[in-house]
Amino acid sequence: MGKSGSGKTSMRSIIFSNYIARDTRRLGATIDVEHSHVRFLGNLVLNLWDCGGQEAFMENYFASQRDHIFKNVEVLIYVFDVESRDVEKDMHYYQSCLEAILTNSKDAKIFCLIHKMDLVQEDQRDKIYNERVLELQTRSLPLQVIPFRTSIWDETLYKAWSSIVYSLIPNVQLLESHLDNFAKICEADEIVLFERMTFLVIAHSTRVDNGDVHRFEKISNIIKQFKLSCSRTQGSFQSMEVRHSNFAGFIDYLTGNTYVMVIMSDPTIQSAATLMNISIARKHFEKLEGAQFSK
Amino acid sequence: MSYSDYGDNDPIYGDDLADEDRESRPRLMLMGLRRSGKSSIQRVVFHKMTPTETLFLESTSKINKDNIHSFIDFQVWDFPGQMDFFDPTFDTTAIFGEVGALVFVIDSQDDYMEALARLHSTVVAAYRVNPNITFEVFIHKVDGLSEDYKIDTQRDIQQTTTDELADAGLENVQLAFYLTSIYDHSIFEAFSKVIQKLIPQLPTLENLLNILCANSGIEKAFLFDVISKIYIATDSSPVDSQSYEICSDMIDVIIDISSIYGRAAIGAKRNHEAFSVIKMGNGTVLYLREVNKYLALICLLRAETFEKQGLIDYNVHCFKEAMDQVFELKRAERTRREMEANQLLEQQQHNGLYGHG
Repeated sequence: MGKSGSGKTSMRSIIFSNYIARDTRRLGATIDVEHSHVRFLGNLVLNLWDCGGQEAFMENYFASQRDHIFKNVEVLIYVFDVESRDVEKDMHYYQSCLEAILTNSKDAKIFCLIHKMDLVQEDQRDKIYNERVLELQTRSLPLQVIPFRTSIWDETLYKAWSSIVYSLIPNVQLLESHLDNFAKICEADEIVLFERMTFLVIAHSTRVDNGDVHRFEKISNIIKQFKLSCSRTQGSFQSMEVRHSNFAGFIDYLTGNTYVMVIMSDPTIQSAATLMNISIARKHFEKLEGAQFSK
Repeated sequence: MSYSDYGDNDPIYGDDLADEDRESRPRLMLMGLRRSGKSSIQRVVFHKMTPTETLFLESTSKINKDNIHSFIDFQVWDFPGQMDFFDPTFDTTAIFGEVGALVFVIDSQDDYMEALARLHSTVVAAYRVNPNITFEVFIHKVDGLSEDYKIDTQRDIQQTTTDELADAGLENVQLAFYLTSIYDHSIFEAFSKVIQKLIPQLPTLENLLNILCANSGIEKAFLFDVISKIYIATDSSPVDSQSYEICSDMIDVIIDISSIYGRAAIGAKRNHEAFSVIKMGNGTVLYLREVNKYLALICLLRAETFEKQGLIDYNVHCFKEAMDQVFELKRAERTRREMEANQLLEQQQHNGLYGHG
């Protein structure tokens, strides 16, 4: 949810429908609520409710559709336009929203995205963001919010959505422990698991720290862009291998719903060995995934 | 810096040395009326600026010499559009004397009659000084035109300029026309073609690529300049823009990923052995191998052929060696010339004549 024009539909289109940032300009305003079911990780279905932000709709949500909208909410994602002039009004709607959540589904997780950060001058970003977050936190008590700064033009969008999705996946710890094991067996520096359609990060296992904290989002962004350019040439991205003098990276599908990225730093380990390891791990993770979702 | 240091393709040239190696660096000149998009082209192609950022570029007010340190050391001279370089104080011989290619940029969204007149006078003046220049006309900003209108514009411009040149008695001047835009790959493709004309080894390189393709079952091979994503040679099968685009996107992906995970490499010596394989769902395999500091070979091949990866690796290795030999010749030639220049310089210094710098 969020005010009209704050960028909710643009965001959704980029992450779930393979839009590129430039194309979102063509999107019109959302009328009422757009429901979309996104199959994520195959069996996990996300019900995404994109709520139109124009005032008439907003009033409507809080009055007549209150039960319908706010029942059984697992995650509320509220989008703020950082450039918005009318902060007071934004806050008013936001608080009404929280009230409704509190009465109808009080276990919901709440994420606040301070969006369109690219429009703020670079040196001001930290300051403005921190101010907003502080205000949000005091205003949303007693509920805890998780804030993010985002922009559709860079990888911050992937960071926010990866964390949102991460909180929704059951048994992430189990998955991560298996990844750790896998990393140990093939002596990898790092293994990252991505969702197949959206290329959001699901889980990762790091043995040698790289130092760049935003690397996963960057990779998501890079690969997603490349996937799009592949589809323009009637091909689809399948797998890749990059080898440099000091590292080797492999990106390949792991299960029907996931891609895996394996980073190796030992140059003496042959590519074939790693590829073999990945293909053997496939069966194991396939089974794991099957067990996880049949529960 | 000793002179032998810059005998090989070390990119760090002092500006004061530019006089001596000028002839070994084909010069590329960008010209056109004000606001025709010259600086934007330069930024997008050689400095990796995104097209939207170019909106904020200020207009250029002086000749902007830009040495591109890439595989071939070419220079872009970005002439400001509002300057009248036919002023008698301007030394046309110095300007056009050693130019390899003259790129004239025409804004296709504007009324281009003035630009055509300027193009005509430029070509006449430049041809008189240096008949070896290749003239290239970029009909620019075509992203705003419809498909039919693009063709019409090109035909119109082409017709007008060749007629005018014929009237001036210069029928044998060859002009090449390109439709370009910075918002897609067309500007890179146009530059690729321009630069290919400036490479003396091109026939040899093409021949080598042809041999490689024929013997390894490769469908298409490009030799890319990694920095600018311009391809400097390809085999003789026709180029379709899709495969070019996917290859240049591949370079982007690999550079991006390497910049994340290859950072530890900065201190260590790089041995130019970057290698990458991307497999696509439709059975195409993209194969990249770094050939030297600036160049990378990208091949497109079928997955069936790629089963014999060892064979392809070996063939590419042979290709790499052959290429090294080709450039070794050029380098030896250049070093020899530099040695001579060096001797001359020492002599001058000895005689106390070296005082202009």
